[in-house]
Amino acid sequence: MRRILSVLLENEPGALSRVVGLFSQRGYNIESLNVAPTDDHSLSRLTLTTSGDDLKIEQINKQLNKLIDVVKVVDLTEGAHVERDLLLVKVRAVGQQRDEVKRTTDIFRGQIIDVGPATYVIQLTGPTEKLDSFVAALGDAEIMEVVRSGVAGMARGEKVLAP
Amino acid sequence: MEQLSGGEMIVRALEDEGVEYVFGYPGGAALHIYDAIFKLDAVPHILVRHEQAATHAADGYARATGKPGVVLVTSGPGATNAITGIATAYMDSIPMVVLAGQVQTHLIGEDAFQETDMVGVSRPIVKHSFMVKRTEDIPSIIKKAFYIATTGRPGPVVIDIPKDLTHPEHKFDYHYPESVTLRSYQPSSRGHTGQIRKAARLLLSAKRPIIYAGGGVIQGEGCELLTTLAQKLNYPVTNTLMGLGAYPGSDRQFLGMLGMHGFYEANMAMHHSDVILAVGARFDDRVTNTVGKFCPGAKIIHIDVDPASIAKIVPVDIPIVGPVQTVLTELLAQIDAHLQGSDREMPEPAALAQWWQQIESWREAHGLWHGRRYGESELAMPQDVIKCLYEVTEGDAYVTSDVGQHQMFAAQYYKFDKPRRWINSGGLGTMGFGLPAAMGIKLALPDAEVACVTGEGSIQMNIQELSTCAQYGTPIKIVSLRNNYLGMVKQWQDMQYEGRYSESHYAASLPDFVKLAESFGHVGIKVEKRDDLEAAMREAFALKDRLVFLDVFVEPHEHVYPMHVAPSGAMKDMWLSKTERT
Repeated sequence: MRRILSVLLENEPGALSRVVGLFSQRGYNIESLNVAPTDDHSLSRLTLTTSGDDLKIEQINKQLNKLIDVVKVVDLTEGAHVERDLLLVKVRAVGQQRDEVKRTTDIFRGQIIDVGPATYVIQLTGPTEKLDSFVAALGDAEIMEVVRSGVAGMARGEKVLAP
Repeated sequence: MEQLSGGEMIVRALEDEGVEYVFGYPGGAALHIYDAIFKLDAVPHILVRHEQAATHAADGYARATGKPGVVLVTSGPGATNAITGIATAYMDSIPMVVLAGQVQTHLIGEDAFQETDMVGVSRPIVKHSFMVKRTEDIPSIIKKAFYIATTGRPGPVVIDIPKDLTHPEHKFDYHYPESVTLRSYQPSSRGHTGQIRKAARLLLSAKRPIIYAGGGVIQGEGCELLTTLAQKLNYPVTNTLMGLGAYPGSDRQFLGMLGMHGFYEANMAMHHSDVILAVGARFDDRVTNTVGKFCPGAKIIHIDVDPASIAKIVPVDIPIVGPVQTVLTELLAQIDAHLQGSDREMPEPAALAQWWQQIESWREAHGLWHGRRYGESELAMPQDVIKCLYEVTEGDAYVTSDVGQHQMFAAQYYKFDKPRRWINSGGLGTMGFGLPAAMGIKLALPDAEVACVTGEGSIQMNIQELSTCAQYGTPIKIVSLRNNYLGMVKQWQDMQYEGRYSESHYAASLPDFVKLAESFGHVGIKVEKRDDLEAAMREAFALKDRLVFLDVFVEPHEHVYPMHVAPSGAMKDMWLSKTERT
């Protein structure tokens, strides 16, 4: 089962490599990883999607907590949460496709943020499945390049992940 | 305030931390530090002959004393040579602080001479590591390193120190902090009372209980409490390889070691138990055999200071996260309260008596083997050598070992009545551990008898330390079981590869160990006949102030038994000899 783990990490050199190293060392899978400093610049917040049964996720959680640089870990998928992924996709936009791609982008409420003579760069945010559907919906258009931020998320309501 | 250079800060911080010995080896990037060691003359330094030995010596020191071991090495090869010893300490949760020199800050990343990314290379085998960025941070980083290494589940901590930050001309205020707090590291200080209450109830309701105690009981200073608990309840106890000595080895309630080469009665009792109290043990694969067949009828209580050890391998019924000492204290109080209240559940005396009867019958049928298997020969049996060592040292020596058959024989036949006496690389299984570890112990405890049980394979992996022993006068006794093979490899090749001894035989290449020992100024004694064994052993231990190398020729075809039937057996499935199995 897919899980989203949110991790507060000391914003120290090498801290991220400990997290990533832990996953490869113990054979855990990272499907996506998003990391950036928070409003408190001594902390980074990391959102990590992985998969596994309850026992495995519990073990990942414990192993993460064992890292000295890890301040807190929460499994967002245990409760109600919001998640967003950012997609940038560069497509070939010529002839008929130029209009078709624009229409599809509008349907998905994406934005074209760069227009070239024969290319578009489209920006789209949303949950992972929405981005997957959009890429699939581009259909015959030639996808030149794709980049995604990986999932970032937080719990709904009053719950917060704070040190 | 005192003004010190980075190098001086390191030495002064170690002194303030109460460090008795630094085990190390100098080199370019560490030379400012070494100069400070010379000038301040505040912390004794032991110059080893290879950095791996520095880590093992510090490790042996730590295991025997409970205090953290300290290592100082230079960058590059100095640091990478220390890796095996750091990994050894990590696997067995040994407190250690490793200071490594690093190339100057401006050269980092340029593939400079003797540059290695030590923080990166050591990352999977340390509890934590630090890269020093500013000289002023050195005291607080060292304080944090000792705090992290020694608290919670102990482990090695690496500090990587670029050479420019130790420069003698750059001086800063020195203040060694009294204490440190880390927001992201707060080891548990006590167990959950509700869980402990549940554990007490389950323990008292057991009909076929067993206490399975590991190295965590020794690390956590919980041995006396564990012994009190076991004896109050009259429950049988088994120890892991790392836990030997946590419960008195010669006591009737002790069933011996469990696991791959565990005692028959210990493995049988585990398999047939209904309640297992696991304390400071981690359900290692060398204990459980096939996990899916592990102790099918048992409910498990697991006490461990590291939450990640709990339910990692085997699902647990009552997990208790906390230091062994406080949890056992509370568990004992709960049990006392139960036993005093007349309307509470009481232990099942009839069931327990029957359980003991069953255990005794196992012990009688296939208890630890004493005898001679392969006809008459003048050679000593390896087991006899350990028994002789036990008798001559009156069971009171600190015994280190290397890895292989001799290690298992020592674990089986030397009855450790006290904790911290059995010192071996259990988790990583590091050949070459025994000699430097013994050296570290002897330096810490000069009045203690220290024996290194080894084989002619393992001893050659760090034999250069005979020179260190000569320099510092550490009169340990080396008991080398010589069978001309890598014995454990040979045993597996006998059992699983139809006796094809691929690269496990030394042919006629072994040195004359007696002459070799003598060349370092030590004493060597060759024992070629079993009839000479006891006299030689007594002679060796009578030479109080000399290192003695006992080169004991043993029966080469002996195997270690019992041995778990693998890969698909349960704990109860064992080979008892070359031809019998359960």
